[in-house]
Amino acid sequence: MFLFKRKRPVFQGGVHPDDRKQATSGLPIECLPMPARLYLPVQQHIGAAARPVVKAGDTVLKGQMIARGDGAVSAAVHAPTSGRILGVEPHPAPHPSGLPVETIVIEPDGEDRWLEDPDPEHALNLEPEAIARRVAEAGVVGMGGATFPAAIKLNLGSRHHIDTLIINGSECEPYLTCDDRLMRERTDEVVDGIRIMRHALGARRALVVVEDNKPEALAALQARLYEMDTIEAMAVPTRYPMGSEKHMIKAVTGREIPAGKLGADIGVIVHNVGTAYAVHRAVRMQRPLISRIVTVGGGAVQRPANLEVLLGTRVEDLLAHCGGTRQPPARLLMGGPMMGQVMPHAQVPVIKGSNGIIALTEEEINIGETMPCIRCGRCVAACPCGLMPLEMAARIRKEDMDGAVDYGLMDCVACGSCSYVCPSHIPLVQFFHHAKGVLGARREQQRRQEEIKRLAQQRRERQEAEARAKAEAAERRKAEREAAKRKAEEAKAARAAKAATAKETPKTPAADQAEA
Amino acid sequence: MTQTTPVSGPHTHAPGSVAWNMGWVTLALLPATAFGVYLFGWPALNLLLITILAAVLFEALCLRIAGRPVSPFLMDGSAIVTGLLLALTLPPWAPWWIGVLGAAFAIIVGKHVFGGLGQNLFNPAMLARVALLVSFPLEMTTWITPSPLFSEGAPGFLEGLAITFGLAAIPDAVTGATVLGEAQTGFSRDLGLSETLPGVYAPLQQALGFVPSSLGEGSALLLLAGGLLLMAKRIITWDVPVAMLGTLVILSTVFMLIDPERYAGPGLHLFSGAAMLVAFFIITDPVTSPSTVAGRLLFGAGCGLLIYVIRTWGGYPEGAAFAVILMNALTPLIDHYLRPRAYGRTRRGKPLPMKNTEAPAPAQEKRP
Ligand code: SF4
Ligand code: SF4
Repeated sequence: MFLFKRKRPVFQGGVHPDDRKQATSGLPIECLPMPARLYLPVQQHIGAAARPVVKAGDTVLKGQMIARGDGAVSAAVHAPTSGRILGVEPHPAPHPSGLPVETIVIEPDGEDRWLEDPDPEHALNLEPEAIARRVAEAGVVGMGGATFPAAIKLNLGSRHHIDTLIINGSECEPYLTCDDRLMRERTDEVVDGIRIMRHALGARRALVVVEDNKPEALAALQARLYEMDTIEAMAVPTRYPMGSEKHMIKAVTGREIPAGKLGADIGVIVHNVGTAYAVHRAVRMQRPLISRIVTVGGGAVQRPANLEVLLGTRVEDLLAHCGGTRQPPARLLMGGPMMGQVMPHAQVPVIKGSNGIIALTEEEINIGETMPCIRCGRCVAACPCGLMPLEMAARIRKEDMDGAVDYGLMDCVACGSCSYVCPSHIPLVQFFHHAKGVLGARREQQRRQEEIKRLAQQRRERQEAEARAKAEAAERRKAEREAAKRKAEEAKAARAAKAATAKETPKTPAADQAEA
Repeated sequence: MTQTTPVSGPHTHAPGSVAWNMGWVTLALLPATAFGVYLFGWPALNLLLITILAAVLFEALCLRIAGRPVSPFLMDGSAIVTGLLLALTLPPWAPWWIGVLGAAFAIIVGKHVFGGLGQNLFNPAMLARVALLVSFPLEMTTWITPSPLFSEGAPGFLEGLAITFGLAAIPDAVTGATVLGEAQTGFSRDLGLSETLPGVYAPLQQALGFVPSSLGEGSALLLLAGGLLLMAKRIITWDVPVAMLGTLVILSTVFMLIDPERYAGPGLHLFSGAAMLVAFFIITDPVTSPSTVAGRLLFGAGCGLLIYVIRTWGGYPEGAAFAVILMNALTPLIDHYLRPRAYGRTRRGKPLPMKNTEAPAPAQEKRP
């Protein structure tokens, strides 16, 4: 008997893209051989960049911290292997712009020597704060691609009442199978990570959510869960974007996060299965996050694979291991094809959030000619957020950003379902990104203008105060001068009078005194 | 750096395009069209081809004048569908200039004056049909008793050309009236349905289409089949046809029960006068129907209601086109007011109220 009664999971809107997972879902995780160089950007997460604590020429051991988290929202970076620091310098980051960021370059020494060999620990005896601290020290971030520092979300249990921990194993993006393989091959570790997280959050129950196109992963999890755990693995329909936090919460708990709130506000926290694994490594084994599992796929790849890769390995090394590309990829993506980002080239490194390296062919992308909107409403039916993408796009096209906001632009999660189904091949998401950019810039400008206004106001007030003070001082001085003058005149007059009386009545001192 | 402009996802796309949709619509109309041509012979084929050709030519002309690229827009097939739909609603032996004028009106006034594909407020084919009906009532109501191709008495190829190009008059013997028209005429002579319908209304014949009708509206069953095909292929949605046909059935049943002499039953309403064509092919036009499910249900129901009202109490028994145009005019309004509820918000767009997440205590209590 289950303690928790649930309705069948429902999912509103969304799309059903061809999942194209067959190429790699049957392939076990392989370890990528040690690359010649590792490139570790100090910014692999949402929040402030980490601060490097090593310099060129230092030698580091595997697992040694090389950049420290800076501020409340940040994450540390650790050396994925032992070796020498070649430099701390700008290198291209895995971002569509390809703009360089501060990167720590390591030359492995081939010994792969760990910093120390700590004993496994009984994590469930630890206080929740201690768990969160360990996770923070290990530099764990959301491994599903969100890359939000995981420790912060584990600490929410102290401020909110969390009753449900959801572990996202939906992997709703086409091509990606890294979470599937992780759940199948490292089930015990994942389940242990979930237990630790549930303990840290003080959540009453934990639900592992797996889309029903991964029956093996679901079976593997179910075989290792006990009812006493109040951890439950459940299948949900295969539907994109099931992995979106808001929509997963709605689908499995029936609760909807009010606009502007967080999952924690309604008692639910969502973590990825990859994060659960990383938490297990961090807390139980005391190992920092230095590697991750990456699916290399797409029609342009010679031999698709699931690879366990050290962070900082360049994409070209992964592709080379997979036999290179059959044809120059039309697009090289980091992440899945729905929300992944285009990489400018293959010389960017794998970072904490890289769940897939997907090299797509022209046919797979299926770029059609953009036609006018025919108002078919398919985008409306597909939008999981209940928005009207066609109306937002029509307003953005006319640069009417406020109109678009009125139609819910700020509620859009950029999942791309609308663009995916649009028969006119309108790049709707691109419109929304553009509009959000413009609005962001406008807000920034407004903020700056207000700042300027405030400063100007301050200066004016200061100047006025100064002027007033000056005027008052002048006034005072004038008054003093006049008073002095008057006194002098009076004195003069008195002297004159005295002289006169003295002449007339020379010897009358009494009168002289009385006048003075 | 090989790529500098950031491209937003998704980096994959569902199969399908505007041209693909139009192709399926044409395909789904093909059986009914072929049947219409078979029933009404050469003149019908001439009219069909002339109307479609004219629509395509006017489309090309308009695109050229508007300075738009001609080929991608011509290739999307929307002009062909407009021409085809218009032709299917014309009397089958109408003269060539009815087709050409109708196509011109549909494409120029119905579509490009509004700004081309996706911008028009009204269904172009229906707008053209209304304009023709008002301007040329005689030509637009000359219905023909079916005389299947190659059957005895059917016009041959040359005769067909002569009829289409107005060189020969249509013999009176072959003209007839549609069921709805017949019923209306009956009412004006104070005849009840039980007196007018026998002889002109045989349900099976009506459903199959062996009756006087416009070129392609006759065969309700073939149109229904085409519509179901489009639904199965998800080219059209279920909501509009279901709402319209449902409303029509409910209204006609209710009124028939009130007075069977005055009001025809649901069978006649469903299987005559373009009801199927309108339900599956006209009001499912994406451009001129609302873009939300709720909106489309309302829109479909409105069409059903208006069609029933116009047929029953209006002056045009074949007045479905008027109903469509009226509802088209309401579409922007419907779209404005019937927006879907956004995630995490109330219908009015305010954030959902916070429910207090209950304390953990009850769970422990429930434990056996
Ligand atoms: S799916 Fe595309 S064509 Fe259809 S309404 Fe939305 S934006 Fe317009
Ligand atoms: S409007 Fe935003 S949330 Fe809705 S489908 Fe499009 S990208 Fe997704």
